[in-house]
Amino acid sequence: MKENIILCIVTKLLIPLIILFALYVQFHGDYSPGGGFQAGVIFSSALILYRLIFGLEAGNEVIPRPVLKLFASLGVLLYAGTGVAALFMDNTFLNYSVLADTPIHGQHMGIILVELGVGFTVSSTMLLIFDSFAGRPLTTKDANTGEQDD
Amino acid sequence: MIDIAISMVLLLFLIAMAVAILRLRDILAMAMMLGLYSLLMAGLFMVMDAPDVAFTEAAVGSGVSTVLLLVVLTLTKTRYEKDAVGFQGKPLIVVLLTGAALLYGVHDIALVGDIDAPAHQHVADRYIAEARNETGVPNMVTAVLASYRGFDTLGEVVVIFTAGVGVMLLLGSGTRRSRDKDV
Repeated sequence: MKENIILCIVTKLLIPLIILFALYVQFHGDYSPGGGFQAGVIFSSALILYRLIFGLEAGNEVIPRPVLKLFASLGVLLYAGTGVAALFMDNTFLNYSVLADTPIHGQHMGIILVELGVGFTVSSTMLLIFDSFAGRPLTTKDANTGEQDD
Repeated sequence: MIDIAISMVLLLFLIAMAVAILRLRDILAMAMMLGLYSLLMAGLFMVMDAPDVAFTEAAVGSGVSTVLLLVVLTLTKTRYEKDAVGFQGKPLIVVLLTGAALLYGVHDIALVGDIDAPAHQHVADRYIAEARNETGVPNMVTAVLASYRGFDTLGEVVVIFTAGVGVMLLLGSGTRRSRDKDV
């Protein structure tokens, strides 16, 4: 789709704005609507848009698949790790109050870490699912042409 | 008053959209209509003061899932739903019974904003009174989601991760092995 110049230019203008909005939703989620889930999906939609316009190969060069797999697992690990850290410090799983000097600071730190974990996992998993579908070889289509044309 | 009017318009459009999806035979158009349906739902959530849900619905419902449906459509050869086979008695009975059961169930759903609803009797008062003091986070939704109900949210993240792993196991992980099937 490289010859379609209007789509290319508009996409290049939109993607930074979408990513900026995703980061805002992620890190301002304590004060305004939003959080890890929303930010993750918005972030992945920016990169899916890039893949739709510039192709799967170009998309994989932006963030390689091993990195996506790493971040998908890292998010869950970060979330559960925050809980386990609290478990070791005060015998209560996911009780963030003990993570810092005061309970309020601990809660704030825990919530930011946990939301970051959610954002990592959601954005990477969405992209991995899209790639799995979009990266399917089209050979099955050719093989079934005879029986599906009727 | 104005939000009731907006809700009514959105709900009317939702019904029109649902009927349109039922009557369409072109699967590509159906996928696009489902995306529009989700966008209208996002607007409805926004009217009901749930911007968090509206974000998710707009991004997942009308964005990512529409794109996923389109990607699946490019993989399959089928473009049109099969034509209807005429009047069918048994499906009609099933549909009528299900519809009657759903209408009956609607009676038990609490009204929007009803203070006496069971969902507002349990722990909600405490969250509203103490969330700001206990977590220091002004956004109550984030406080409940990430701190009070942190265990549930951990489960949700694991569910999403598992879904990704499942899709990768079933479909193969993208471009890496795309040529293997040719042999």
